[in-house]
Amino acid sequence: MSKLPEKPISAEALTAQFMRLKRGSVSRRHFLGVTGLGLATAVLGRTGSFSLEAHAQDLGSQMSLATWPNYHDPASFEAFTAKTGVAVEVNVFGSNEEMLAKLQAGGTGWDLFVPTNYTISTYAKLKLIDPLDLSKLPNYSAKTETARFTQEGVIDGQTYAVPKNWGTTGMAINTDKLKTPVTSWKDFFELAQTEADGRAMVHDYQLTTIGSALVSLGYKFNSVDPAELAKAEELLVKVKPHLFAINSDYQPAMRATDAWMTMCWTNDGAQLNRDMPEIAFVLGKDGGEIWSDFYAIPSSAANKAAGYALLDFLMTPENAVKEHIANGAPTTDSRVLALLPTEVTSNKIVYPDEAALTPLEFGAAVTLTDPARAEVMARFKAA
Amino acid sequence: MATRAGTRHRFVTAALAAPAALWMLVFLVLPFVAMLVFAFGRRAPEGGYLPGFTFEQFLNLPARAAAFGNTLMLAPAGALLCLLVAYPVAYYLAVKAAPRHRLVLVSLIVVPFWTSLLVRTYAWMYILGSRGLPNLLSTIGLPDLRMLNTPGAVLVGIVYGYLPLMIMPIYVSLEKLDRRLLDASADLGARPVSTFLGITLPLSLPGVMTGVALVTILLLGEYLIPQLLGGGKVFFIGNALVDLFLQSRNWPFGSAIAVTLVLVVVVVLTVAMRIAWRFAGTRRVDLV
Repeated sequence: MSKLPEKPISAEALTAQFMRLKRGSVSRRHFLGVTGLGLATAVLGRTGSFSLEAHAQDLGSQMSLATWPNYHDPASFEAFTAKTGVAVEVNVFGSNEEMLAKLQAGGTGWDLFVPTNYTISTYAKLKLIDPLDLSKLPNYSAKTETARFTQEGVIDGQTYAVPKNWGTTGMAINTDKLKTPVTSWKDFFELAQTEADGRAMVHDYQLTTIGSALVSLGYKFNSVDPAELAKAEELLVKVKPHLFAINSDYQPAMRATDAWMTMCWTNDGAQLNRDMPEIAFVLGKDGGEIWSDFYAIPSSAANKAAGYALLDFLMTPENAVKEHIANGAPTTDSRVLALLPTEVTSNKIVYPDEAALTPLEFGAAVTLTDPARAEVMARFKAA
Repeated sequence: MATRAGTRHRFVTAALAAPAALWMLVFLVLPFVAMLVFAFGRRAPEGGYLPGFTFEQFLNLPARAAAFGNTLMLAPAGALLCLLVAYPVAYYLAVKAAPRHRLVLVSLIVVPFWTSLLVRTYAWMYILGSRGLPNLLSTIGLPDLRMLNTPGAVLVGIVYGYLPLMIMPIYVSLEKLDRRLLDASADLGARPVSTFLGITLPLSLPGVMTGVALVTILLLGEYLIPQLLGGGKVFFIGNALVDLFLQSRNWPFGSAIAVTLVLVVVVVLTVAMRIAWRFAGTRRVDLV
């Protein structure tokens, strides 16, 4: 903080300083210092375990986050902006491949992004992310995290990414429209061609779309076996004319009842079911995906300070709990779990029984880089 | 003296052409060369590009035959539909509308262009979605229709999005039409239909050709409309390219497809324009 003003600033002086700030002749930091607003904001904004430390460095006025559709509580970013003066630009993506492609091409401008467990080793190998400086994340607590969901963020003892939440990839079914019960991916693809003809959606995402097709045929979710992939491609191409769309942003279509059935992530399933109880969320008995999403900071980030600040903000249990309530994905952090209301922790969509999770598999790193999987997906879409 | 003036003239010409030439070199020729080099390379293990010299990317082209087919069918079809809708509008504007209304009417066509195509296409998603038109039609007893995410929806989006690009050139060429030719034709006993076919249409052909070429070329690279109104199922070459660069990260294959697309476009358009101009040329000679 700059030197404090002797007495409260006059209206004219405040206006003059504000105009100087607007013209860009002084920095926001200087403005906050000379007007006393910085101290006021810092004091007013000081809640819970927040330290003044985080505000002492210049965070700039803008940062950029790359994440998934319907994945955050917009109020979180408003609160962060109110606290720090940093506006958060949110970019949403439909697949990890898309995020990787953007980072490989360079010039993303992202200061924080949300990769899924199986991609982190590749990002680290390609030096697209650096190990996190945990001293800048005082609110992250490694010891209260669940190892099962955090292990892929740590490579050779160094933490490259910290978990946002975990979840599953299941099916959302509009039970008003579809009467046949769906309990497996085999059912899903059968129904897509019959009762749900023209009403089913699959992700625009190789991991889940190919993975679920493989599971429905009795193969492993992460298979890169050419013969098994050929079978999966055959099934997908056969189903394609019956699909409503190939799109990872399926909430709008499900809410408008344009689509009646979709591949669905836990958080979307919880959100849909909360607003439209007729939409059920089902996990495949034959398998499917369990995942955890992480926060990581691209090595190319222009405003790493703001990236760390937002990450630390989101790691603070009081803030994280709001995110989890809004977003509907289960937490990996026992501190947050303790703060969640029972109607969330008892929701079987968000916290399914352990038995339902047993057949599920984590995505494997090989699927991200395997050219055959990428090409099967591209051919399916181009067919 | 004369040679000095000539030198200066050449210098001035070169100086005037330099910015355009530089622009073309940096933003057209060099990228195309880069694309050509990439097209003969290999995909890096994690995606991207590895230098090399192989034809494997070009040999893999049949894997995108459906996308090429879709593009080469839907782009001309879209342009033709645009033409069918645009011609009467342009004709009305240029020939029938009162001159004092003309400016207002032309603005009405141009003003929607000030809004982003993305926003206007999203609007169509709601119109064609089941709570939009199909819902309206079901209230008058029509069965449950599905409009969104069909080739038809993509065509509607294309016609809507590209209509002004078709109307304007036709309007301009019709506006220059010498009305005395129409009077003369009528004096000589021609019926309106034969006047239209013999005079108006041939004289507006340059505008028609410009419009068709403009819309077709832009449509060959279209990505947004099939993505939003086709639900990712109606696939253009543009969508295949986006996929290869932004999902599979297969730059060499993407480059090979892009190079092929450029070649196909150049060949198709050259041939089509030759034929069209020959046709237009003879008709005009007949007239004079």
